[in-house]
Amino acid sequence: MIVDKTGTPITETENIQPDTRHGVILYVEDVSVSFDGFKALNDMNLYINDGELRCLIGANGAGKTTLMDVITGKTRPDTGKVSFGQQVDLLQLDEAEIANAGIGRKFQKPTVFEQLSVFENIELSLKGNKGIWASLFHKLNGEQNDRIAEILHTINLIQERNYPAGRLSHGQKQWLEIGMLLAAKPRVLLVDEPVAGMTGQETERTAELLTSLAGEHSVVVVEHDMAFVRSIARTVTVLHQGSVLAEGTMSEIQSNPEVIQVYLGEEQG
Amino acid sequence: MTSSISTNSSTKETSTGLMAKLSGLRNLHVVIGILLLATFYVSVCNLAFAEGSALHVSDYTVSLFGKYLCYALLALAVDLVWGYCGILSLGHGAFFTLGGYAMGMYLMRQIGDRGVYGNPDLPDFMVFLNWTEMPWYWAGSDSVLWMVAMVFIGPGILAYVFGMLAFRSRVSGVYLSIMTQAVTYALMLAFFRNEMGFGGNNGLTDFKEIMGFSLQSPSTKLGLFIITALVLAVAYVVCHYIVNSKMGRVVTAIRDAENRVRFVGYKPEDYKVWIYVVSAMIAGLAGALYVPQVGIINPGEFSPLNSIEMVIWVAVGGRNSLYGALIGAIVVSYAKTRFTAIMPEAWLFALGGLFVLVTLLLPKGIAGMLPGIMDKLKGKNAPEEEATASEPSATDNSATENKGSEVKS
Ligand SMILES: Nc1ncnc2c1ncn2[C@@H]1O[C@H](COP(=O)(O)OP(=O)(O)OP(=O)(O)O)[C@@H](O)[C@H]1O
Ligand SMILES: [Mg+2]
Repeated sequence: MIVDKTGTPITETENIQPDTRHGVILYVEDVSVSFDGFKALNDMNLYINDGELRCLIGANGAGKTTLMDVITGKTRPDTGKVSFGQQVDLLQLDEAEIANAGIGRKFQKPTVFEQLSVFENIELSLKGNKGIWASLFHKLNGEQNDRIAEILHTINLIQERNYPAGRLSHGQKQWLEIGMLLAAKPRVLLVDEPVAGMTGQETERTAELLTSLAGEHSVVVVEHDMAFVRSIARTVTVLHQGSVLAEGTMSEIQSNPEVIQVYLGEEQG
Repeated sequence: MTSSISTNSSTKETSTGLMAKLSGLRNLHVVIGILLLATFYVSVCNLAFAEGSALHVSDYTVSLFGKYLCYALLALAVDLVWGYCGILSLGHGAFFTLGGYAMGMYLMRQIGDRGVYGNPDLPDFMVFLNWTEMPWYWAGSDSVLWMVAMVFIGPGILAYVFGMLAFRSRVSGVYLSIMTQAVTYALMLAFFRNEMGFGGNNGLTDFKEIMGFSLQSPSTKLGLFIITALVLAVAYVVCHYIVNSKMGRVVTAIRDAENRVRFVGYKPEDYKVWIYVVSAMIAGLAGALYVPQVGIINPGEFSPLNSIEMVIWVAVGGRNSLYGALIGAIVVSYAKTRFTAIMPEAWLFALGGLFVLVTLLLPKGIAGMLPGIMDKLKGKNAPEEEATASEPSATDNSATENKGSEVKS
């Protein structure tokens, strides 16, 4: 059984409503994760505000993906607290429950269901009852068909709708995964390196899309492409060796001496 | 008829769009049609033509075909979990045999006082063991309803408990296969013991009648064959529905990227347990239909080798294709009948060799070869038909889909 922080049972994860009265939708507090003694996350503290667009940057191995793994239930932290709104303790939920509660994720390495068509990939991702009997007797209604068509249009894969997803190019797979995210209508989108493998034009469109999603959704983007980050960033958080090194607007970050030393410095140099 | 099979299998893996759905439906009709026609033909030839006539089908052959159809049903069960969900069960013989035992217990009770010891209350083997009363779990076994219920409940419970333990703890791959094999082996050892109360190594046999019909009579044999064919047809329709529903797509997604499925909000464990239980019940049903047609059920049916053989049927016929499973079961079983008549000791080598060959040369089995064969048979009709059968975008798709399937294989 799933209970929220006060011990009240929650029967349907789909119906979980995060309590965001304090304006924060995601709390990550004192979280540490170690792999064979190596601390991938080290007392990490991070607060994501409801409706904001946040960029996470940091060198390879800084712990960005691990942070997403912790939030989505893939990795259990050794210590710390992670909650969705004030009340929903994410550490009590499994991956599927977290997804249904409204936290969606795009993986760093795009992973789509290769044997299924583009259309079917979106269909499976649609928000709704994900139980066995619901799937067995599921029929797409007109509204859902329209929604899928709309998403296919947004991600520019209408032509490819019946292609097996495995045949898409890397960039198209990225788009498909973003489409799958949209279909799930999550409150929070965790987007790990969305523009890797995309052309300049595609990158631009992704930036537009993510910016337009913020507000109604909270969006957390991890990206190495600094031009891209600059184009969408409002608040940027810099991770370094598993902890937060700095946080602020892009210009604040760029002038932060510590950041310049450990991160931007090496890139500019 | 022929063209629909080929159209379907070339679009199968990606089965989307209206076209694929339509041809999927046509394929269903073709398979059921062939099955029912063949059943009708065998029945007529058995009844209407006298022995000695070239068209006569003997009672022995009818029972043999009945046995093959049971195997086909079993293959369908294996394909459902292995071909579609990627669970390589090497222990499906356990479900088959449990279903068989449920039927065997019922048939045992129908013997009444006609057994060797003439005991009206106890089956012969219990009298032989000096038991004075029936074990509690034989209670009710003389009722048809009990039998039908147990055919599903027995295998269903085993699959549920095993599935909950194995899938919940996220055991998969080789470890899972070994566990399924261990389960059927353990059951074999248990059922060999007389104290289990299932007739020890002799199993249950010497059946006399089923629901009042003598099992020795040719008409009962024919009736059992026809019932098996009808059950197979119904099971095929059910499996077809499952694999073409959203359930089927979730299960395929689980097969290809189980962990990713979780992040879309599905619980793979639940789906795997469900499909495993359904598959176990179909296997149990196959066992129950098998027993009256062969006249015996014993612990040898639990043998791990039997379970491996089932997997080979599906591999030969083509996993991920329902009709492939049927073809594989029937072709390999027929080969076995022929082969074991000539050199029984060599069958296992032949079977192993067949498996290696199919894995290397025909990864998609016979079903994967059919489209090519059909295209050749169709000859110059093919382009014409394609043009009428597809909208502009679908032609484009089918070309890419064919490429896709090459890459996959
Ligand atoms: N399952 C694991 N087992 C062992 N070490 C791991 C595991 N996952 C991550 N790590 C290590 O933890 C550290 C942080 O990894 P993480 O993937 O979070 O980095 P990242 O910031 O996403 O880097 P990148 O920019 O390269 O994607 C790395 O040193 C990585 O090798
Ligand atoms: Mg990463």
